[in-house]
Amino acid sequence: MAAGLDKLYGIHAQSLALQQQRLQHVAANIANADTPNYRAKDIDFQTALAQAAGASDSPALQRTNDRHLNIAGIATAAPAGVATERDSTQPSQDGNTVELHREQAAFADAALRYRASLQFAQGRLTTLMSAIRGE
Amino acid sequence: MSDFSIFRIAGSALQAQSVRLNTVASNLANADTVAGTPDAVYKARMPVFETELNAAAEQAGVRVSEIVQSTEEPTRIHRPGHPDADEQGYVYATNVNPVEEMVNMISASRSYQTSAEVLNTGKDLILKTLELGR
Repeated sequence: MAAGLDKLYGIHAQSLALQQQRLQHVAANIANADTPNYRAKDIDFQTALAQAAGASDSPALQRTNDRHLNIAGIATAAPAGVATERDSTQPSQDGNTVELHREQAAFADAALRYRASLQFAQGRLTTLMSAIRGE
Repeated sequence: MSDFSIFRIAGSALQAQSVRLNTVASNLANADTVAGTPDAVYKARMPVFETELNAAAEQAGVRVSEIVQSTEEPTRIHRPGHPDADEQGYVYATNVNPVEEMVNMISASRSYQTSAEVLNTGKDLILKTLELGR
């Protein structure tokens, strides 16, 4: 059952971690909206999530001895998105590439997706709880 | 929301923007000061922002690296009756430009508002996450 619990949240656990990372990148961009020579960063969510999903499907390590650790049930590390620099559509004199309206939109988008993933995770938990209670 | 770096980042922005607002307030308060010599008169101050790199995380906050004084020449005004006037009857007025300061103030307060909003949203999301399973 322990392995089942790991899979309970499915892709939503990884999605939450990635959206959180994205929120932090956008927050950093907004914080540095007035810093000269700062270059806006963002993570490509699609690629990062595909990588994270692929990582959890990777073949398990071979155990050739009974004393080897069994890592099959151990959750994989939190996915890490690779930050890429984002170009600005309207270059500014001081070399800063942050465009505040774009960052605000990106932040709202990431926050909404975070909430959505949270809702899905909550749904799965509720399903399990009602199964346990036998209602 | 495992670590709370969103608070650190948005907090650093609030701090930096409030320093900027404070320099604007100081500049505007001194917009009409005069002095007897060009060196003694108040010079407009402005903060220099720099990215605050955190070795552990890629996401960076912001900080004020220094506060520089404007190097623009103070205006020389002929006012012989002024108690601070030099031998030729001149006083030196500060190089603060009130219009520039007002624009700076609007920009700083908008940036402050945005970061405060980021902080609020981050807090909401963390609180929601804490309620998972209730």
